Amino acid sequence: MTAKDLLPIALFAAVAALLPLFVTQNTWLNFAVFTLIICLAAQGWNILGGYGGQYSFGHAAFFGTAAYATAILQMRYGMNAYPAFAVGVAAASAVGAVIGFLSFRSGLRGSYFALVTLAFAEVFRVLANASEVTGGAAGILIKLDVRPANFQFDSRASFYWIALGLVTAALVVTRALERSRLGAQLVAVRENENAALALGVDALRVKLSAIALSAAITGAAGALYAQYFLYLDANIAYGTWISVEALLAPIIGGAGTVFGPVLGGVVLHGLSEFTKTLVGRIPGLDLVIFGVLLILVVRFPPREIPGLIRMWRARR
Amino acid sequence: MRSYPPEIIGEAVLNGLLTGAIYGLVALGLTLVYGVLHIINFAHGALLTLAMYAAFVAWKVFGLDPYVAILPLVPLFFALGYGVQRLVIMPASKGEDSNILLVTLGLSIVIENVMLAIFRSDTLSVQVPYAMEVVELGPMLLGFPRVVGFGVAFLVAAVLFVILTMTDTGRAIRAVAKERTGAALVGIDVKHIYAVTFGIGTACLAVAACLLLPFFYVNPRVGNAFVLVAFTIVVLGGMGSVPGALLGGLFIGVMESLSGLYFGESLGQIGIFLIFILVLLFRPTGLFGAKA
Repeated sequence: MTAKDLLPIALFAAVAALLPLFVTQNTWLNFAVFTLIICLAAQGWNILGGYGGQYSFGHAAFFGTAAYATAILQMRYGMNAYPAFAVGVAAASAVGAVIGFLSFRSGLRGSYFALVTLAFAEVFRVLANASEVTGGAAGILIKLDVRPANFQFDSRASFYWIALGLVTAALVVTRALERSRLGAQLVAVRENENAALALGVDALRVKLSAIALSAAITGAAGALYAQYFLYLDANIAYGTWISVEALLAPIIGGAGTVFGPVLGGVVLHGLSEFTKTLVGRIPGLDLVIFGVLLILVVRFPPREIPGLIRMWRARR
Repeated sequence: MRSYPPEIIGEAVLNGLLTGAIYGLVALGLTLVYGVLHIINFAHGALLTLAMYAAFVAWKVFGLDPYVAILPLVPLFFALGYGVQRLVIMPASKGEDSNILLVTLGLSIVIENVMLAIFRSDTLSVQVPYAMEVVELGPMLLGFPRVVGFGVAFLVAAVLFVILTMTDTGRAIRAVAKERTGAALVGIDVKHIYAVTFGIGTACLAVAACLLLPFFYVNPRVGNAFVLVAFTIVVLGGMGSVPGALLGGLFIGVMESLSGLYFGESLGQIGIFLIFILVLLFRPTGLFGAKA
């Protein structure tokens, strides 16, 4: 990695960090934090799906595990929020490694991998909904105690900067992966697994590293979600909504690129806010638009926004 | 574990078989599409939701009994499936597995949320005079709508069998499933057959929806409850195997009913997902040994 690699990321972070100086309304900051959490979850998906070509439909399993772990460790075991956050991320990563080991060892690819990840996330959802330790269907609250030492802040701007810091860190990690041996092997596995195997790439190990990293980043998004909203239930933490969000943003913004998930996340949620102000709040309308966009980007290549811009430039 | 008298267990097994037949019908559509087009249709559950809303509207607006609504809905959903495959899925797929995955996911998101926007998240159901009627079988009582569902599901399977084995279209479908290039060489319009197969799969859903409605509810997410069950049945019965789908449906129906009896409704579901994961991980060709 060179300074030139990091420059766009530093620029992005610097510009984005200025936002709370201009936008002070809580509703807008709320929206910005939520969008950043989605971007972070999507950055996690992008490592495995974008660079590794393994499309998971169950990233909720990682999001939810970290979120619940953070909440439960604080509420039931009195752990401080910061180590609880770290344990949450580690737990998500471990769950990722186990699911990855089971599925990749069995040679599941493509649709089968998507199906099995979906099923794992559903198992977690049903368990969390029925189990005592997660608060069951009533959910779990993190006690409100606004002190920086508890990872709870007065101002939403502080949360915005923390979320932005995590998104920036994920950008750096993604760029570093792109430039690393592991990243090159991962892309080789995506393009042609058999050819990669023939060249001596340990595909199983590469995919396992990718899913563990991917799950950790999406897990960080889940833990941050828990810490920001201070409430979880099984349908939030392990719901299909987050699996879908985590997948849509990179696909629309450009899977397998450093900025794709952030671009996609911002565009999607910007669009959804825009339509809300335009036609009012109709439940499901934003997702209808997301779904149509998903079909369109797959139908009309180049599949993502940067590709569209390139095509438009080439035409002129 | 609680112990139950044999009548209760027998009743649970029979009720499981009855529900299982409808599961089988849902899975039949899925496995047919997989067997011929070799695609996994993630929109299958959402299409079932759509069909259930269609049957609900037919009852609410036009006063049609759900069983009567089968007649107009089957051709309607056949046409819908034909169009969706021809106009949406095929142009977007470009022969890539991941594209189909994403397009059918996109379809399911759109359908589910259009239903949410129109009908909101309320749970709706129809009131029919026979909803509470029971059929007595010795000491056991079986819900009348479930018995009808069982009978019609097998009738549909029989009709499908006749179509597949005795008609030219059916032979063409089987030819395309076995050897696409060869079928194209002898003059079969493969794209047309793909769309017909997708249409048949969707029509199966229309029947299943009409059979379910008298004893089930409908909300925008109802299809999700069925789609993982249907996928489980399909992998259990062997991807693409029609008898496998029916047997798998019956098996899963009984499993669900029994585990619901012993572990309670919500944990009972886990049994199905676990079977699904285990079969995928250890025996992806299915228990009935169809080809992978």
